[in-house]
Amino acid sequence: MLAFIGRRILIAIPTIILISVFVFTLQHLLPGDPILVLAGEERDPEVLEFLREKYRLNDPIPVQYLAWVGNALQGDLGISLRTNQPVLELIGEKLPVTLQLATMALIIAMVIGIPAGVLSAYKKGTWIDWVANIVALSGLSVPNFWLGIMMILLVSVQLGWLPASGYQPFADDPLQSIKTMLMPAFVLGTAIAATLMRHTRSAMLSVLKSDYIRTARAKGLAERVVLVKHALRNALVPIVTVTTLIFGELLAGAVLTEQIFTIPGFGKLVVDAVFNRDYAVVQGIVLCTGIAFIFMNLLADVAQRILNPRMRDK
Amino acid sequence: MSALTASQTPAGTLPKKRSRFWAKMRKNPAALLGGALVLFFVIVAVMAPLMPIVDPTATDWLAVRQAPSAAHPFGTDEIGRDVLSRMIWGAQASLLAGVVSVAIAVCLGVPLGVAAGYMGGWTDAVISRVTEALLAAPFLILAIALAAFLGPNLTNAMIAIGVSAMPIFIRLSRAQTMSVMTEDYVESARAVGLKPLVLVRRYILPNIFPPLLVQATLTIATAIIAEASLSFLGLGQQPPAPSWGSMLNVAKNFLEQAPWMALYPGAAIFLVVLGFNLLGDGLRDALDPRDH
Repeated sequence: MLAFIGRRILIAIPTIILISVFVFTLQHLLPGDPILVLAGEERDPEVLEFLREKYRLNDPIPVQYLAWVGNALQGDLGISLRTNQPVLELIGEKLPVTLQLATMALIIAMVIGIPAGVLSAYKKGTWIDWVANIVALSGLSVPNFWLGIMMILLVSVQLGWLPASGYQPFADDPLQSIKTMLMPAFVLGTAIAATLMRHTRSAMLSVLKSDYIRTARAKGLAERVVLVKHALRNALVPIVTVTTLIFGELLAGAVLTEQIFTIPGFGKLVVDAVFNRDYAVVQGIVLCTGIAFIFMNLLADVAQRILNPRMRDK
Repeated sequence: MSALTASQTPAGTLPKKRSRFWAKMRKNPAALLGGALVLFFVIVAVMAPLMPIVDPTATDWLAVRQAPSAAHPFGTDEIGRDVLSRMIWGAQASLLAGVVSVAIAVCLGVPLGVAAGYMGGWTDAVISRVTEALLAAPFLILAIALAAFLGPNLTNAMIAIGVSAMPIFIRLSRAQTMSVMTEDYVESARAVGLKPLVLVRRYILPNIFPPLLVQATLTIATAIIAEASLSFLGLGQQPPAPSWGSMLNVAKNFLEQAPWMALYPGAAIFLVVLGFNLLGDGLRDALDPRDH
């Protein structure tokens, strides 16, 4: 197992290097002198010269890249032009907010998506399967920012049940925090629930055809035991492989959801950074999400080997 | 593109294949509904300049945020523009973004994927690593970053969406090419010394076409949502040009006073995306070789 993890980490290294090259190249896509990007409003020649020296902007591009990577490796992703905070610190500040949103969304998605997928596979071809499929496809087709707007209209404006926006840190008041985050989490969770439902359904369909399910039924086991202990357990293996897909959906969805419900998280940070031309923040976020994504991939691979002993010998 | 498959498939098998495809599609009401939705929006988008509707950018300060009425079936927006007219023109931006960005993704992704699958070795290793690196940035984050650095407008949004959708096509065409390469007829074609380009054109492309078509249809759905999302964030279509996403961006500020401004453009995005998703699922079922 350790050898496997080691090999996977080795494969990840070139990918991480490529991501860093890509992120570095972004700043060269901008027209004009990159120093103006780094310095923002600052026009003091001495400061500009200091930055030029720091980022080696007078050197050839490969040297510039190495200097940039060297700084990044020490956790220096630059300074936000807007808040004057180090980018890494800024990201660390906003991350817990988005993590709470994503976790709640994921819980909602799993509670809806997995049972719906099991039921729809079990009742394949009936009206239950049909309805579940239509609902799932609609969940995939509805733009989540529109769903959010419609939910605000219904739940907040018409019914007055939940607040339309705002954020309460979890540590200060957990109950209120969950309450304000409930509607955004539901909005973010719908598309993920749909993805989970479709994957659970197809995984269950192929598992239900297998011999050991027939054996389990022939033994006279209760149908519920067959479904949950024998079928779902095995169906979960392919579901784990879509973890990274879901991670991407969660992050992208969070950008829009946070925008609608004005939640001060990671997604709002990147959008605000774009409009403030806070390029170092945008670069830092792309780099961090890229590395996080590779890490999730690694975790999914390891989890899959743990869940499926047959893969270990390969 | 279907002409390509038609002319390249060995003679004799085609009519049967095609009729089986249509028979399957006809029996699938969901796919037909999807096709009808897509067709409806395509017609609306193409016919927009010919329709007897008011100028989508014409403001009317005497008719600001009016509820739907006979004069304005979908109401008016915050500066008195007709919502229906803006939606009809917005269909152009949405469909154009969907089709153009997927075309970019296919034109860049398929050659790279086929090259990786066909040549293997170093080419494959390099292309695969680049693909993984591109895949590692979530679709929307990558599109936002590109739109931010290239500048916010519809063209750059399409480029950004196309580039972020490219990895799917590289992966798919690489895997498909590798599986076609193991077929006996490809091996014999290589054995008789057919040039690689001829081989790719005559044997590989027609065989990898069906799964690519399914993926392209489903990716158009994703691309339309991506364009709407970017425009919603202000990084796509710029005002005053109409786009469903940017209409929603403005509408969210007038939810209590003018809910119709948000209702209709969102419903349009939902329906056209649902259409492409239903059509894509239907195509997948109809083209699935395992069912033959």
